Amino acid sequence: MLRRASSTLRPLINRISSLSTRSLGRLPNTQSPIVSKPHFFNSVTGDSNELIPAFRLIDGTGVPLDGAGLPELDEAFARKLYENMQLLPNLDNILYNVQRQGKISFYMTAQPPLPMTMSRPQGKTNACPGVAYALRRSPERSNSVAACFFGEGAASEGDFHAGLLLASTIPSPVVFIARNNGFAISTPSSEQYHGDGIASRGPGYGIDTIRVDGNDVLAVLAAVREARTRCVEQGRAVLVECMSYRVGHHSTSDDSFAYRARSEVEDRKRIDNPLARFRLFMETRGWWDAQAEEELKTRHRADVLKAFKRAETQSRWELGELFTDIYAGEEPWNIKEQRKELGRLLKKYGEDWEPWRRELQKYKNEGRDLIKE
Amino acid sequence: MPSIASSALLKHTREQALKMPEIVWADAELDEARGTSSLSSTTGRETRKMNTYQAIRDALSIALSTNDSAIVFGEDVAFGGVFRCTLGLAEEYGRERVFNTPLTEQGVVGFGIGYASMGSKLGNSTLGGRGMGGTAIAEVQFVDYIWPAFDQLLNEASKFRYRSGGQFNVGGLTVRCPTMAVGHGGLYHSQSPEGFFMGAGGLKVVIPRSPLQAKGLLLSSIRDPNPVVFMEPKVLYRSAVEQVPTSDYILPLGRAEILTTGSDLTVVTYGTSVYRCEQAIHLLTHPPEGTGIERTVRDALGDWRRSRKGQNTSSTPTIELIDLRTILPYDLPLVLRSLSKTHRLLIVHEGPTTGGVGMQIAGDVMSGFNTTSTTNESEEDVGRMRREAFLGLEAPVKVIGGWDTPGVALQYEKFYIPDEVRILDGLLEVLAY
Repeated sequence: MLRRASSTLRPLINRISSLSTRSLGRLPNTQSPIVSKPHFFNSVTGDSNELIPAFRLIDGTGVPLDGAGLPELDEAFARKLYENMQLLPNLDNILYNVQRQGKISFYMTAQPPLPMTMSRPQGKTNACPGVAYALRRSPERSNSVAACFFGEGAASEGDFHAGLLLASTIPSPVVFIARNNGFAISTPSSEQYHGDGIASRGPGYGIDTIRVDGNDVLAVLAAVREARTRCVEQGRAVLVECMSYRVGHHSTSDDSFAYRARSEVEDRKRIDNPLARFRLFMETRGWWDAQAEEELKTRHRADVLKAFKRAETQSRWELGELFTDIYAGEEPWNIKEQRKELGRLLKKYGEDWEPWRRELQKYKNEGRDLIKE
Repeated sequence: MPSIASSALLKHTREQALKMPEIVWADAELDEARGTSSLSSTTGRETRKMNTYQAIRDALSIALSTNDSAIVFGEDVAFGGVFRCTLGLAEEYGRERVFNTPLTEQGVVGFGIGYASMGSKLGNSTLGGRGMGGTAIAEVQFVDYIWPAFDQLLNEASKFRYRSGGQFNVGGLTVRCPTMAVGHGGLYHSQSPEGFFMGAGGLKVVIPRSPLQAKGLLLSSIRDPNPVVFMEPKVLYRSAVEQVPTSDYILPLGRAEILTTGSDLTVVTYGTSVYRCEQAIHLLTHPPEGTGIERTVRDALGDWRRSRKGQNTSSTPTIELIDLRTILPYDLPLVLRSLSKTHRLLIVHEGPTTGGVGMQIAGDVMSGFNTTSTTNESEEDVGRMRREAFLGLEAPVKVIGGWDTPGVALQYEKFYIPDEVRILDGLLEVLAY
């Protein structure tokens, strides 16, 4: 009986299946073309042997590549760029030594001197879309974008993925700028990810993406300018991955020669030095020379030392500041109580207990603001 | 004044180390199972001078060599870890078993949960481990960065056994993380977040005070059939040096330890604060001469003596110092037993006061109706002990913790972390009440 029914239905089934193939066409929730051969892929370039290209404008000697379209740049701006870049290694050298002398507890080096700032990135990649969305909603700032700086290590955190996802799904003008310097403390990027760098992740989130030679300041400048334009025009995130190499230790708590050869670092410094490349570029235009270099170094050194001396001699804020800015509005009972408790203790032991007496001298008013209360 | 290095609480000789109370030697346990006997508790056993990171490395090495399923992983672990706790392990046991992970704490802990959830054919653990999966020893580089993994710990690890009705577990998971302040870590390298874990039933939280403790408690944590968060006080990595037995041993979880016995005040603490309490107790008997502190101590102890009038009492109070060691679940019965002698309680830790371990203990001591008395005579009647502890208190319970600020601010660190003089003041306040 069953067999008879199925033989009766066969032509109908055939008709439905041929109809549905034609009429279904697309799958739900995607516009993917339909193929009848299995197609696995593992590349955003379409060819698994082909890596994402890296954008470069000047070579190792500062000479523009054939057909390179240099970004608009006058002498004054070029000098400013170079001077800012040169400040970072100077800052590093001085503060690194200062830390070694015990005057500061910790210092995180800024090299390589990309035109970027340092930040604590692990949590921030998540917040940037919200910043950008707020910019979008502020009519007077509709031309602004949020810039989010982070390293290839931070891009492993869930925060990074959530940040990219939100910045593209809830269109938010963020320029994500990854500084891929090859190391997160000791972990080389080869153990940080298996894919094609950080750039490969952009297209996964529908984000316009570019990889740049991060040691070529002109390429970084051109790429970020274009990223900014796209960001404003499309109102969506753009990702820029700057490839570089960390020539310094991760921080003053790190000795990187425990996990990489000193010669590797020295070679890098010599062969692909972002400062040298840009300086050569400027010299051929007559924008820079040895004398300017000498003057700059002297000036930077003086500036850094002056700023450090000023910071060093400045007393800390009042000790009572320990308890401020916890909440806005009414201060809860526990904070009030704890402030009073510390005041009571200072009054009782501040003079007699040598470690406290010494420490209190570092604060403005030496703790008297708390004792008074 | 004792420093950490010169602390009398550290075992500076082989004999002291081998007589560590409650120590369980792995070979002795094996002997017992086999019905044979080899070494006694002290003869033929060796110790070596180790600091805390060396003792932890030693424990990890033993875990790896006694259990083929054991893996050690985390950020920067392969080159030795930022605190050197995994130095040389990758070379010794291979990169398949000791490896770097990408920088993602939720990934690290989640990975460990998955590995520990798999019934492992690799396991040949000599101690414990029955019914457990793979042994996953994860490192979160600083406890300050554990929060992306908190979801994994709280919603996965702690619930794994419970939600499967005991069919599955992740008992093989241990998450190591450096904790507490060193004096200049600031907001993101000084926190003591154990209080946040107090409500995570199903997890254990352990904080050792010294190299010998760290080795035994870490091996216990690794072999315990429950997931354990093992927090290592950073400042002790180098500063605490002890004679540590070289062989395989464990110290029990869930058991506090009385470090100095006393009859007038119970001080409960753990981690780095153990040494500050020791220093405060020293100040009580040796206040700096000719200072206001000396007068303060004299006056307070005078009040204490007057309050004890008619009782047979010595001229100086004796303090019972307790190291909690396991924070969750902690050893309330031992605290109550101590209180039945002293009737005065001070709790000290670095973490914030509100929601902290101290307030939990204070609350447990005072909530005597929360436990029904037992009729089983072989069991301790914790309910009765709680009620008696509360009714017997001669002073309010004092908790000295970090302030309720959102983290430890760099410039104010010295006035955030409870130090010896703040603890001394607490001792005096509770004694003189």
